[in-house]
Amino acid sequence: MNKEIIYTLDGLYRDPFQVEGFRFGQGNRSACIVGASRGNEIQQMYICSQIVQALKRLEEQGDIVNENEILVIPCMNPYSMNVGKRFWPSDNQDLNRSFPGKADGEVVSRISHAVLERVKGYNYGMQFTSFYMPGDFIPHVRMMETGYQSASLANLFGTPYVLIRKPKPIDTFTLNYNWQLSGTNAFSIYAGGLEEIDENAAKQAVSSVLRFLTRMGIIRYRNHSGYIASVIHDEDLMSVQANLAGLWKGCKKPGDVVEYGEVLGQILDPYEGHVKGEIVSPTQGIVFFAHNDPLIMENTEIYRIIRRMHE
Amino acid sequence: MIKEIASIELPVHENLSIRKTHLAPFVDGGEHKRLSLVTGIHGDELDGQYIVYEVIRRVQEHPEYLAGEVDLYPAINPLGVDMAIRAIPMFDLDMNRIFPGSEKGVMAEYFAAALTGDLYGSDLVIDIHSSNIYVQELPQIRVNEQFEERVMEYARGMNTDIVWVYSSANALEATLAYTMNTLGVPAIVAEMGVGHRINRAECNQMLTGIFHVMQTMGIWTGPVEEVRTSLVTREGEVSVIRCENSGVFVSHRSGLGAVSQGELIGEIILPMEGRVIQEVRAPHDGFVFTLREHPVVYAGDLIARIHGGMYE
Repeated sequence: MNKEIIYTLDGLYRDPFQVEGFRFGQGNRSACIVGASRGNEIQQMYICSQIVQALKRLEEQGDIVNENEILVIPCMNPYSMNVGKRFWPSDNQDLNRSFPGKADGEVVSRISHAVLERVKGYNYGMQFTSFYMPGDFIPHVRMMETGYQSASLANLFGTPYVLIRKPKPIDTFTLNYNWQLSGTNAFSIYAGGLEEIDENAAKQAVSSVLRFLTRMGIIRYRNHSGYIASVIHDEDLMSVQANLAGLWKGCKKPGDVVEYGEVLGQILDPYEGHVKGEIVSPTQGIVFFAHNDPLIMENTEIYRIIRRMHE
Repeated sequence: MIKEIASIELPVHENLSIRKTHLAPFVDGGEHKRLSLVTGIHGDELDGQYIVYEVIRRVQEHPEYLAGEVDLYPAINPLGVDMAIRAIPMFDLDMNRIFPGSEKGVMAEYFAAALTGDLYGSDLVIDIHSSNIYVQELPQIRVNEQFEERVMEYARGMNTDIVWVYSSANALEATLAYTMNTLGVPAIVAEMGVGHRINRAECNQMLTGIFHVMQTMGIWTGPVEEVRTSLVTREGEVSVIRCENSGVFVSHRSGLGAVSQGELIGEIILPMEGRVIQEVRAPHDGFVFTLREHPVVYAGDLIARIHGGMYE
């Protein structure tokens, strides 16, 4: 394993800001794995740290196939991580909305530019990222429909689902989008929550990355073959929104099967405790996303359900 | 008349609404124009609060001069304004990156869609911003070159020192102004001052422009002041100066405005070492219309924008 510094920025009174990378094997730029871009993506950084551990062992055993280089960047934003802030500490800019960046641009733009320049040219790119709303997803691999996406490749991770989604204007500033445009097969992986370590989800995520690297002939590793993923698109997902506000008591979690008309949870009055309303499922399917904050406002998206999907 | 545009219920016994004040002539003279003034998309930008107040006060003082409709939306991000936070507090989401929103979306997108729908049909939308807390902006109008032909007459009439026509390549598609222009509703962006503050003199300068534009549109028949001739600057005519190293920026200027080539704009210092690490000098004669306000800087932070010269 070789450690490298991908970008350095002097701080006024803090230690220099540094983006660190860990390189395994040598030869063709085969795969690059990127973790936290926001300061609260603890789970995402943790997963990458566990991938570093696994790759270290594999390298020591000689199980990184010749002529393959793998780069892991566990965290692009240690400054925000150390102060518990999601976005850049001073001006609150989102690093994962600043790609492709500019070498002579503003601070986050310089960081994103340096990262993208370093991760360009790898055949496969994997990013662990998070959603802006509180909630949990069913583990899945996500690709943006840029015209360069390949669902069949995404299937090789062995996660239960692959989501292909149409990019919105705001998505064009993400690493994933710009990575794909630069010619890398880029995947976003959603595994567990955000600010707390979910050990089971992390293990699944590490396994899915190792499975993919094995199937692409980059490492030698024997693990469970995982799922043959169901490929879903935006239009397969039905959003269930709260029509009231209050305390939320949901009774379904990602992966649960729901029937049409089934009660998915209750909204309680926060002071008197009575049930203000029940949320019923508008479709039969499988829960893809579940809101996990006990307080909900009206219009909150509390579930996304894969429509007409059976177990 | 105050009208509610959209409302949602918050978790603990509170409703959150965005509202507008609708001003219309006493006597409906048939066809007339409609101007919409929007502000408070960013909660830390407060000059628009005074501008909205003053437009309403002046119209109420002389309702007989009002010959068209004026809709004023003072707080599109009401929680942000209340908490002095730029983004939407619970989501840390920049509201000016989610237009046109979605009627079926969560709070921010729902509000964005409601606003977009309500603004539709306006003859002009002016989206009033202050700067953030990091840089000070001279009162200016920003126009996307893609829509220049449609809005330039209004932009020039706004009594600002600068009209900045920027390249379409740098346009952010999910902003309110971009969205309205693509829907066929002329929209311009006003920028001024600095975040968390109200600069009354600059607001009054902008108000002169707003009433001038209202007169141009046939909405205001009362007397208006003369407006200044704006300097029109384009992407290639603006030099952007960024700091080269992290440190503390100390301005040597007393304000924005004219600058000579080589003039010292400020220094970036390292306090603990007692030394200057960068002298920031004007690369050419010109006009400083953006200047660093918050002293602590990282390499890459914006120090100044200067109109003048021609650049790649």
